[in-house]
Amino acid sequence: MYNPFSLVGKTILVTGASSGIGKATAIECSKMGATLIITGRDEKNLKETNDSLEGNNHLMIIADFCIDENIEQIVNSIELPLDGIVHSAGFNKLLPFQFVNKESLSEIFAVNYFAPTLLTQRILKKKKLNKDSSVVFISSISGVLCSSVGASMYSSTKGAINGLVKGMSLDLASKNIRVNCVNPGVVETNIFKDDILTNEQLLEERSRYPLKRFGKPEEIAWAVIYLLSNASKWVTGTNLIIDGGFTLI
Amino acid sequence: MDPDKFIENFAAQFDDTDTSEFTLETRFRDLEEWSSLTGLSVIAMIDEEYDVTVKGDDIRNSSTIKELYEIVNSKL
Repeated sequence: MYNPFSLVGKTILVTGASSGIGKATAIECSKMGATLIITGRDEKNLKETNDSLEGNNHLMIIADFCIDENIEQIVNSIELPLDGIVHSAGFNKLLPFQFVNKESLSEIFAVNYFAPTLLTQRILKKKKLNKDSSVVFISSISGVLCSSVGASMYSSTKGAINGLVKGMSLDLASKNIRVNCVNPGVVETNIFKDDILTNEQLLEERSRYPLKRFGKPEEIAWAVIYLLSNASKWVTGTNLIIDGGFTLI
Repeated sequence: MDPDKFIENFAAQFDDTDTSEFTLETRFRDLEEWSSLTGLSVIAMIDEEYDVTVKGDDIRNSSTIKELYEIVNSKL
């Protein structure tokens, strides 16, 4: 059957696959025929993702991105050269700017910026990324188009990814490797699980979306599939906004 | 934990409300200056000054500074 979005024959690495957008992306990619290498911190949750994957020959690597050696371990565990990488590992920490400190900044930049950057660099250096492959970062509307109260640190990491993607896509164009971002609005994941925001505040936030709801993880995964597939062969260095119309108003 | 110091730390998260307005009985969510940002600032202040994690719901369920003070005190 004609399907320009097919991922059959592609090996895709998905980080942060134990929950949220990463989990949905891994599962949806497997349904499109990809072979997956999934990483995450939480063994139980990562195994649950692994059990939900369609098809065979997938690989799962437990790894905490805050530890440098784990990055090397992931790179060494990759045997087949990759056709795609999806950087989904990340977290949010709300802190009013007056309370921002070096420790919190280092923590959030380690996971949201340094780990995906260095992981990609190591994979490239070891020649484990095929020509014609595609790298996708899960960025955000936050830090690229807008921000929200207490989100200056998170926005900074996503803004940094935005710059990275533009530079990387130029440097890797000669290898025909494409680099892009998807920029979701608020998606129903456990990113606010620390309960700093009340349900009431989340409901109010939700009502500000023209489409009157938050996104679903699969709705981000389907955009990632587009960027991984041959359908987007002429797309590089771009931001794909998926926000239910939030940034229109 | 010193209640006066707690009130002082609490009041420091506000810019326009006079410090003299803050007592243990103050219904802080009724203050004109109260917002989601001051709420986040109070959570961050409690974490920084007392090493105690309070949730958004702890703030929402407290009407007076005294009620919040008691929540923090119980977690020390």
